[in-house]
Amino acid sequence: MNSGMAQRIPEGPVASGGMAERPDVGKLSVRGVGKIYDPEGAAVVAVENCDVEVEAGDFVAIVGPSGCGKSTLMNAIAGFDTITSGEIILDGVPLATPELAPRPGPDRVVVFQHGALFPWKTVLENVTYGPMVQGKLSGDEAHTRAMNLLGECGGLDRVADTYPPQLSSGMQRRVEIVRALMNDPSILLLDEPFRAMDTVSKTTMHRHLLQMYRVCRRTIIFITHDLEEAVFLADKVMIMTSRPGTIKKSLDVTLSRPRSTDMLTSEEFRELKLQLSATVHEEAKKAFARGEREQA
Amino acid sequence: MSAVEEDVKTVPPAGRATGRALRPRRLGRFLPSWRATSSVVAFFVLWDLMVRWELGGFAHISSPLAVATAFVDGYLASADYWMSWWASFQRVLYGFVAAQLLGIPLGLLLGTRPLLNGLFYPVIEMLRPIPPLAWVPLSILFWPTTELSIVFITFIGAFFIIVINVHDSVRSIKNEHLWLARSMGASPTRIFLRVIIPSVIPSIAVGMTLGIAVTWNVVIAAEMIASDSGLGRLTWEGYVSHTGPVVIIGMISIGLAGYLSTLVVDIVEKKMMPWRKGH
Repeated sequence: MNSGMAQRIPEGPVASGGMAERPDVGKLSVRGVGKIYDPEGAAVVAVENCDVEVEAGDFVAIVGPSGCGKSTLMNAIAGFDTITSGEIILDGVPLATPELAPRPGPDRVVVFQHGALFPWKTVLENVTYGPMVQGKLSGDEAHTRAMNLLGECGGLDRVADTYPPQLSSGMQRRVEIVRALMNDPSILLLDEPFRAMDTVSKTTMHRHLLQMYRVCRRTIIFITHDLEEAVFLADKVMIMTSRPGTIKKSLDVTLSRPRSTDMLTSEEFRELKLQLSATVHEEAKKAFARGEREQA
Repeated sequence: MSAVEEDVKTVPPAGRATGRALRPRRLGRFLPSWRATSSVVAFFVLWDLMVRWELGGFAHISSPLAVATAFVDGYLASADYWMSWWASFQRVLYGFVAAQLLGIPLGLLLGTRPLLNGLFYPVIEMLRPIPPLAWVPLSILFWPTTELSIVFITFIGAFFIIVINVHDSVRSIKNEHLWLARSMGASPTRIFLRVIIPSVIPSIAVGMTLGIAVTWNVVIAAEMIASDSGLGRLTWEGYVSHTGPVVIIGMISIGLAGYLSTLVVDIVEKKMMPWRKGH
């Protein structure tokens, strides 16, 4: 498939890179999930009695301090790690219970904090990896779809033949989101994907992500500790606290879609951010007090 | 959208902040600078003067001109001389290639199989600190011919390096890469071939670079001790027969041989890692 790579695919009439709209998939239920790490008898509770309900196609942000178990929850949903209690259900199918062996799948692909593009594959090879491995698409089909989707995500088709280390971190992260979308996932899991970025690149990334979300609407779970980012992107923000790691409160974001950067300065946005930040601080104080009591 | 252009990393030219206009680097690489030229010329002039003035130990050393004359008269067209090159190169090649062929799979195996790792890695850790030259007597006793024993010592020089490099690199593969491949539905075989192997290629390259240098070190010493052919032997014979120029001809030849081998290894490494180009 190397020969065809250099040629550019003209922008076709197909919206969303040939991806079908799937408004009915991606309903996620996390019910009473707990995870106890027990390496040598010293049980460490990472997550306890955690409940999350996400409607199909919703954009949910989970905010919380470092070490509150956000990534543990994410790994459980992705099928990288086991849970010790509760259940996780995606569209009626149980993904994880304490009895089930962890089982990752192309229906829920993770975009990691530090990025995990394969440096030895070109952008195009990275992006077509999923469908090719699964044998879902032929080489040509995968190529066409990839070029369309890359093109729609800010002209990434122009770097299709480049190797990831030659791209800026912002572009790498966008390629990674495209790679996840290529699997036609029911749910997209973003684990602090813009964490290491400066404010300007972050804003650009938000624009791109919102654009992708508009083009191929999928359920998104977005983990972050940036409250402004959470309010700007999501329909619903969930607040996770430590000791134990669990979802304490959730806040509905009433901002309309499509979101624009103008909203960042609106009264409504400011109001929501204040409300969220007050709740986060209150919960953090409570968690801290619980921690003090445990220590005593 | 024009977001792409502004996002692509522009590689800054590697100019130092001297305030001078930047010289085009591609050309500069082939034209030696006046500094480089004069330092090399000064080296030879100084060497020649020291020998002329018979300063200390330089009384026993040949002058650069004597070396050059001896080389052109007695060695350049001599089949024996070029056979020495061939002999050493062969030993390095066999030892080095055998080390890669056995060491890379072993490193992969130990890196991916905890059980085998537990069983065999301690032995490797135990043997590794023994310098290759310490193996010379044992090697001569063990192998039926001197040739085999020298190749074996050369092999030892590169073997442990590659095993350890590959082993460590398998164990430091990003979990995210393995997870992603699994979540996209890759089978264990596919993960091994398409994720684990490419991940360790940079470490194989490092192992090869280090290995080829050690291999030349080892082969020269081994030849001086145990062999009757090769560049090491040539140099040693120059000393034994009190023919000063030969000692230096040997040294220069060995340096050149090592340099050429490194060039070849570099080319092979670049071929193994197309994604590293321009990096």
